Amino acid sequence: MSDIVKVPTMAEYMAQGKQPEVLFWVGCAGSFDDRAKKITKAFVKLLNKANVEFAVLGTEESCTGDPAKRAGNEFLFQMQAVTNIEVLNAYEVKKIVTACPHCFNTIKNEYPSLGGNYEVMHHTQFLKTLLAEGRLTIEGGMYKGKRITFHDPCYLGRANNVYEAPRELIQKLEAELVEMKNCRRNGLCCGAGGAQMFKEPEKGDKDVNVERTEQALQIQPEIIAAGCPFCNTMMTDGIKAKEKEASVQVMDIAELIANAQDL
Amino acid sequence: MAFLPNIIFAIVLILGIAYFSRNVKKLIRNIKLGRDVDVSDNKSQRLKNMAMIALGQSKMVRRPIAGILHVIVYLGFIIINIEVLEIIVDGLLGTHRIFSFMGSFYGALIGSFEILAVLVFVAVVVFWIRRNIIKLQRFWKAEMTSWPKNDGNFILYFEMVLMALFLIMNATDVQFQDMQSGNIISQHIATWFSGFSDGTLHIIERSAWWLHIVGILIFLNYLYFSKHLHILLAFPNTFYGKLTPQGQFNNLKAVTKEVKMMMDTNVDPFAAPADNGEVPAKFGASDVQDLTWVNLLNAYTCTECGRCTSECPANQTGKKLSPRKIMMDTRDRLEEVGKNIDANNGEFIEDGKQLLDDYITREELWACTTCNACVEACPVSIDPLAIILEMRRYLVMEQSAAPMELNNMMTNIENNGAPWPYNQMDRLNWKNEQ
Repeated sequence: MSDIVKVPTMAEYMAQGKQPEVLFWVGCAGSFDDRAKKITKAFVKLLNKANVEFAVLGTEESCTGDPAKRAGNEFLFQMQAVTNIEVLNAYEVKKIVTACPHCFNTIKNEYPSLGGNYEVMHHTQFLKTLLAEGRLTIEGGMYKGKRITFHDPCYLGRANNVYEAPRELIQKLEAELVEMKNCRRNGLCCGAGGAQMFKEPEKGDKDVNVERTEQALQIQPEIIAAGCPFCNTMMTDGIKAKEKEASVQVMDIAELIANAQDL
Repeated sequence: MAFLPNIIFAIVLILGIAYFSRNVKKLIRNIKLGRDVDVSDNKSQRLKNMAMIALGQSKMVRRPIAGILHVIVYLGFIIINIEVLEIIVDGLLGTHRIFSFMGSFYGALIGSFEILAVLVFVAVVVFWIRRNIIKLQRFWKAEMTSWPKNDGNFILYFEMVLMALFLIMNATDVQFQDMQSGNIISQHIATWFSGFSDGTLHIIERSAWWLHIVGILIFLNYLYFSKHLHILLAFPNTFYGKLTPQGQFNNLKAVTKEVKMMMDTNVDPFAAPADNGEVPAKFGASDVQDLTWVNLLNAYTCTECGRCTSECPANQTGKKLSPRKIMMDTRDRLEEVGKNIDANNGEFIEDGKQLLDDYITREELWACTTCNACVEACPVSIDPLAIILEMRRYLVMEQSAAPMELNNMMTNIENNGAPWPYNQMDRLNWKNEQ
């Protein structure tokens, strides 16, 4: 896998007096978390491959405020939102793609009433349109015939009714898409939402991610596909807790597609 | 004295309806204790939701067994109540089966009521078995003891008795049986009474008739004290339900105002706040009056079916949080506040209690993953998550009482624009990492 990626920033585009076709909102996990950074890179490779003129905000990007809002800190959320909106509007951003359902939900639904109006897409939706436009082709490659299940991220699925785009991409890999008993609108949370990612869970008899991992293991997948960096972490930890690292992988859909093409 | 039964009937009817209206007024007053919220938008979408979800039971049937049984009871109850119209007219005028002049149509009508009555009876028995013999988990959670548990069973007994009375009333009605039309079920029940004299049959028929109508009036008045209010409130509740995507949480306007001021470089940060007599808004909710009236309507609408709790990831993994309990606590506290107002000539006297801590604990609130499973599961568009979020807002913005790890996370966002302690200037480093 080559690691040379082209990642222009909005500032660079502006300096050239140009507008990219889409802004890639990387998000905090995608920027800093070691596991999520791999997803970011895989997605960028696909954007490069499809010759998408995209840009990132780079050091001008800041947390959308999602975990603060869901923890109850509306002040901090709105401070973050207003600051981000100022930056986005200054660059006259029209279209945003992100690999994080939390960023996706917040920018799409909660920024408009604060002055931020953009067309926002989850990376699985964006990849699907690239495919439809013939700018990207997907080959099964190494995933042909593999048993893959998709774990619905709450903030993509229930929160925004996006269920099909990630599934269609998995099917394009010629993989065997298998569904957990609780999927789509009945999908069980990974346990990270609502700022839980950043704290220890309350007392109980099990961790949510272990429960969800057990549901996935019931249908014996070779790969658990995720569409959210937080779900990815939680499911990976779940697999470790069940000592199944040797037989089951947790991968983002962007990684599956990039790997299938040897990018 | 010939008019005595008519007079008694009129008095019973008036008392029954008057007491019910009194309680409905109380109910509306209590709901209006909530903060105002504008839900006047999108009338056509709202009507559609009400038609689909409340009238059409579209979310009930997502669990097919409970759903279909519920549709039977619901349809049965609505349709059989047409019969109540005849009972009321008969009772007031002293007539007997005044609609029977319609002949075979009347027979078809009563015949279908009889079939429905049997179906309702059977469905209710199955419900009872699910609750008490099979002991479905969601009916045996921590919050389902004492009154909530008994309430669920009382309603089922009520419905069994009312259906039985309706059939017995028809079976012992000699005139009706002689019509040979519409007695599709009751003719078989009539055989149980075959040895009785006409006089005895008349007494049984009259008793069943009276008990049936008095039972309905008692049931009507029972609603206010019960979880069973959903049969009425499901309609306004689905009408006023959330229309925006489930993931969209409202932006607090009071906060927007302050944030805009903080960001505005023209505002003198040291200026005294303009004294316009406005009390600064309280952020979030620590008691029922801080919630919106839609939240409070939600609480009265909840019929404690527990679908939310059974889908809740926190509850499934043994945490204290139960979305159903959030709704029950909100309703119980609201009732307590309402009674306080009744006892103090229309004014609420501070009672040293509140929804937070006295009803809903912090441990419950912090266990929520905001995954919306409870919202998705509710068959009548109740939003427990909205209440949880409002209470978290109170804890964080009024009390600075977030768990320590969350405070760290928020400090990181404040200082370096990420929930972890990484420098914002390092955001693009991943580009060059191998």
